[in-house]
Amino acid sequence: MQTFDLEAQGLRELNSTLHAQVKETNQTSWEVINPKGSHAIAVGLDAPIEVNIKGSTGYYCGGMNKQATINVLGSAGPGTAENMMSGKIVIDGDASQYAGATGHGGLLVIKGNASSRCGISMKGINIVVHGNIGHMSAFMAQSGNLVVCGDAGDALGDSCYEARLFVRGSVKSLGADCEEKEMRPEHLEILKELLAEADSDAKPEEFKRYGSARNLYNFDVDNAAAY
Amino acid sequence: MCGIVGLFLKDKSLEPELGMMLSDMLVTMTDRGPDSAGIAIYGNDEKSSGKITIQSDNPDKNFKNLDKEISTITGTPVSLKIKSTHAVLDVETSSIPAVRKALKEVRPSVRIMSAGDTIEIYKEVGLPKDVAARFDVSKMSGTHGIGHTRMATESAVTTMGAHPFSTGNDQCLVHNGSLSNHNSLRRKLRREGVHIETENDTEVGAAYLTYKMQQGSTLGEALESSLDDLDGFFTFLVGTKDGFGVVRDPIACKPAVMAETDQYVAFGSEYRALVNLPGIEEARVWEPEPATVYFWTH
Repeated sequence: MQTFDLEAQGLRELNSTLHAQVKETNQTSWEVINPKGSHAIAVGLDAPIEVNIKGSTGYYCGGMNKQATINVLGSAGPGTAENMMSGKIVIDGDASQYAGATGHGGLLVIKGNASSRCGISMKGINIVVHGNIGHMSAFMAQSGNLVVCGDAGDALGDSCYEARLFVRGSVKSLGADCEEKEMRPEHLEILKELLAEADSDAKPEEFKRYGSARNLYNFDVDNAAAY
Repeated sequence: MCGIVGLFLKDKSLEPELGMMLSDMLVTMTDRGPDSAGIAIYGNDEKSSGKITIQSDNPDKNFKNLDKEISTITGTPVSLKIKSTHAVLDVETSSIPAVRKALKEVRPSVRIMSAGDTIEIYKEVGLPKDVAARFDVSKMSGTHGIGHTRMATESAVTTMGAHPFSTGNDQCLVHNGSLSNHNSLRRKLRREGVHIETENDTEVGAAYLTYKMQQGSTLGEALESSLDDLDGFFTFLVGTKDGFGVVRDPIACKPAVMAETDQYVAFGSEYRALVNLPGIEEARVWEPEPATVYFWTH
């Protein structure tokens, strides 16, 4: 285990050290102390390493992550795991707005609540939130799965494409062109795997599935008001 | 961008350290707003009755003998405490209107930053650390305070464009965001006789809340109605003599984090601003909901 004191050694030193790790590295386990809400911690990693951040993080933690496992032992600021490509990021506490935005792959787990715009424009990432999510989540979501064990805020899945949205609790309102969908066996299978991987004891049968009604895909003058 | 910080103390033993904690929070928010900074502090000096904070670009000339001159005109006791470009006039609360009038006569170029029973406002152009040092913020004590670091968007980088804005006795407002209907609202408020000094959007927000409270609204009601009447992006932190309130617009893209312990309620644009507060590890930390009014009073 390598320990890195962010306050003493600085952000650039941390990120360049982590970037220098390659596939064959022996230093696979890292601990970051004194994060104190700093921005851009462990951004742009591309190695199968594990990074444990002991405290809360600021903007963009774990952005663009590939392969790495990042655990935040605290809460996370805006834009956490933005554009993640692969790997796994686990937030012990809450995550601020646009967690997992534009993510292409990997798994983001938020053990507390996520704020507004969670999974906005997601493109293949899987996101599991143990608590609730805020308004405008999964706006323009294109693919991947968003699993919410609690409640969803206003305008869930507005203008979404082919992402699957699973919510166990209530949905305050659905966004334009988002509707409740049939839960088929293959969806229960996806949910079962994601919940297990995210360490959640929620049952797949307790969820409802939402997704695109596909009315906004092509221009239709009758939908002019919804564009 | 802009950074906001605020601290409302529940534990009286922390009051001597209010300025110290608040200036540390303010300096942490430098990269959100490096062009100007300001604080409003609600003092706990029980001997003092009322105070007016004034500002001048030429303090040596303008503050000289000012207390004596005003005292002679108004016939009330006035004392003056100078802090760099600002000064606090200690007066009886009941004589605040008379002192304001006298000030306008003898020193028309001097600007009034705030007036009331306990509020003092200090704000200037420059890096937050320089502004905090210039006014010795870390030595100030009080019951609650709010601070702002500015990255200007809607009006020029000037002392008067810096936050907090005060448009009523013991009231002040800081703002992160931009209001898009401030011009029309300014015209409406001016027609109602509300005094608005600058072309800044935030001052209109402050004047709007003051106007609502003059019409009989509580702080909570005034903040609720701001959600209907103000257009644009805002996270507001509002101070009154008894406490402070928070509201964010329904889109809520301007960040906000709050923390509460038995000792205090704290506000920061980012969690970074809160990390050095006592007991923060055990505090309840949360993000205020959009279009929801929060306030705390003593």
